[in-house]
Amino acid sequence: MKTNTLSTDVELAKTDPRIKLITAKIKKENYKPDALIEILHTAQNAYGYLPMSVLKFITKALHLPPSRVYSTVTFYHFFSLKSKGEHTCLVCTGTACYVKGAQLILNEIEKQFALKPGQVTADNKLGVSVARCIGACGLAPAVVLDEEVHAKVSAEEIVNSINAKIAV
Amino acid sequence: MNRQDLQTIIYAEKAKEQNNKYKHKLCVCCGAGCISSGSEEVLKKLQEEVVTRGLEAEVEVIATGCMGPCNQGPLIKFLPEYTIYQKVDCSNIKEIVQRQLIEKKPIEDLLLFADSRTKPFIDAREDPYYKKQMKIALKNCGHINPERIEDYLVHDGYHALDKVLFQMSPEEVIAEIKQSRMRGRGGAGYPTGLKWETVYKYVSPQKYVICNGDEGDPGAFMDRSVLEGNPHRVLEGMTIAAYAVGATKGFAYIRGEYPLAIKRFELAIKQAKKLGVLGNNILGTEFSFDVEVRIGAGAFVCGEETALIASIEGKRGTPRPRPPFPAESGLWGKPTLINNVETFAGISPIINNGGEWYSDIGTPKSAGTKVFALAGKINYSGLIEVPMGTTLREIVFDIGGGIQGGGEFKAAQTGGPSGGCIPAEYLDVKMDYESLTSLGSIMGSGGLIVMDQSSDMVDVARYFMEFCMDESCGKCVPCRVGTKMMHDLLKKICEEKGTRIDLERLEELAVYVRECSLCGLGASAPNPLLSTLRHFRHEYENRITE
Repeated sequence: MKTNTLSTDVELAKTDPRIKLITAKIKKENYKPDALIEILHTAQNAYGYLPMSVLKFITKALHLPPSRVYSTVTFYHFFSLKSKGEHTCLVCTGTACYVKGAQLILNEIEKQFALKPGQVTADNKLGVSVARCIGACGLAPAVVLDEEVHAKVSAEEIVNSINAKIAV
Repeated sequence: MNRQDLQTIIYAEKAKEQNNKYKHKLCVCCGAGCISSGSEEVLKKLQEEVVTRGLEAEVEVIATGCMGPCNQGPLIKFLPEYTIYQKVDCSNIKEIVQRQLIEKKPIEDLLLFADSRTKPFIDAREDPYYKKQMKIALKNCGHINPERIEDYLVHDGYHALDKVLFQMSPEEVIAEIKQSRMRGRGGAGYPTGLKWETVYKYVSPQKYVICNGDEGDPGAFMDRSVLEGNPHRVLEGMTIAAYAVGATKGFAYIRGEYPLAIKRFELAIKQAKKLGVLGNNILGTEFSFDVEVRIGAGAFVCGEETALIASIEGKRGTPRPRPPFPAESGLWGKPTLINNVETFAGISPIINNGGEWYSDIGTPKSAGTKVFALAGKINYSGLIEVPMGTTLREIVFDIGGGIQGGGEFKAAQTGGPSGGCIPAEYLDVKMDYESLTSLGSIMGSGGLIVMDQSSDMVDVARYFMEFCMDESCGKCVPCRVGTKMMHDLLKKICEEKGTRIDLERLEELAVYVRECSLCGLGASAPNPLLSTLRHFRHEYENRITE
């Protein structure tokens, strides 16, 4: 993070209506640095990921060193610095899903869409990621497609569902 | 609101329940598992059907928490008959209502376990699945609407809190918990009463209570179901703990992956505050306690108590050396009590029924019941609660309905990435803390993954090592470098490129990492490797190239 770009990015961020949500959250938490993770959750919910300009805004508002914010963001799996794509496909790789063939699903997705976990297609239509465990072990293998849990799926079924989503 | 006001509400609600105009109560499971199978749609259709038939005066339809057999969902339970229908589809609701409520002839083909038992039970409590279980922490889960505090009040909710505040001193509460011999359900099994007493003894104007709901073990969902199915029970447990140790502020740290649990717990806090069982001057007494939810951001290591505390403070979730233990210096340097969700869920029954009652359940060294999340190659995966000391065979075959597809039991994995495998020759092991440890596994938080002959144990060890390698926070070298080296060696053996020297190095490294790591993550990371080596060494030997 170069300091010379800090001010312009903050100005940019101010014109974004979503920044209001973050400002409200920061005020509610009384500008406490302890609430950093809570504020990051709010920001990620608003943007879908954490753009650098927004992180700079938060850094300034909480009077924290940029390194503290950046190191916290990169520590937790939940936070992403990159856009996750218009449609997201989250494959659970928890133990139950692993035993029931989550890897086969990932292999098929890689074959069909040339995407590895953590990657997004060039047109930003589809992003694929993996979860440690979504806690739906009774329904393994499970895939979350745009917030919707697909239970006991086969590789073929999920590829069809993805195709239906990105065709729209 | 003071004590009298609350009792007025409870009496009114109990009277309502007794003079119930409803002849039938229809419970639709709305745990996260059943919701993914479409239970919300079923609930809507069922409510519509009841109205269409003009039955709304005598039939009550409610959404409940988890009923247990998750992979048979969506589930509808008819009370008072206790008839459960499984895999309910919106298309067969009309028929179910007609047959069950009007003709009083249940549709046998749609009953719980109808597709796997020769004759399903009309009263599901007769089924071995429920008969072998004993529900304490999960009591009321699947019976009450978790989003209504009144439902909880009718089932003795906040009765224990009332008893504690008006009849017991903090010392007496701690003595009761000590007498119950309850041990922490988070995995390590530290005596709960002793932990409470330690926090109680430190003198400080500010103490904290933390509920650890960062259920990171892949393959475990006990905490999720308790928080979703009966959030008030956990809240009551936390409040009693706060009274006992002298805390005024609490945090519930819940995984970000569990949005429904977060929503319901936040709602529970709001309702409890409104009724005066949480907040300032609880039930009109001097005692005040407030709880806030903190949402986890997806780091397995945050299940470790010092890492969890760092995360609540808004920092990277890295552990620090102990001592000082959180009981002395925890959140913001103040004495802090940390217990698991399931531990807190077990507190109010102990207060209501007495410590002695609880200590009589289970085995001499492990009292009470334990919730397990059954998953993997098992017929009835889902959530169960059994007395400690129940054998693995009873869990897998009597309750879990045996191996899926008629396969052969190979091993059960308990304790997730910190645990180990129990092979078929130990199927009769009693599930308690000591027996599992003696087999090289651990009780852990309660995840129980069943594997059949198609599972490759070397790859299982590699899978867990990959998990620990990714989740290592990087603070200490033995864990950060050791897990990576062990993973690479395991991968090499999986690809049949490993040599005998690699295997020796692997065993040597496992000991170093176990002994030298800073926190529980590293210290237990070699467990899956060591236990598969102990019980399935031949699978490793077969992969080695000379």
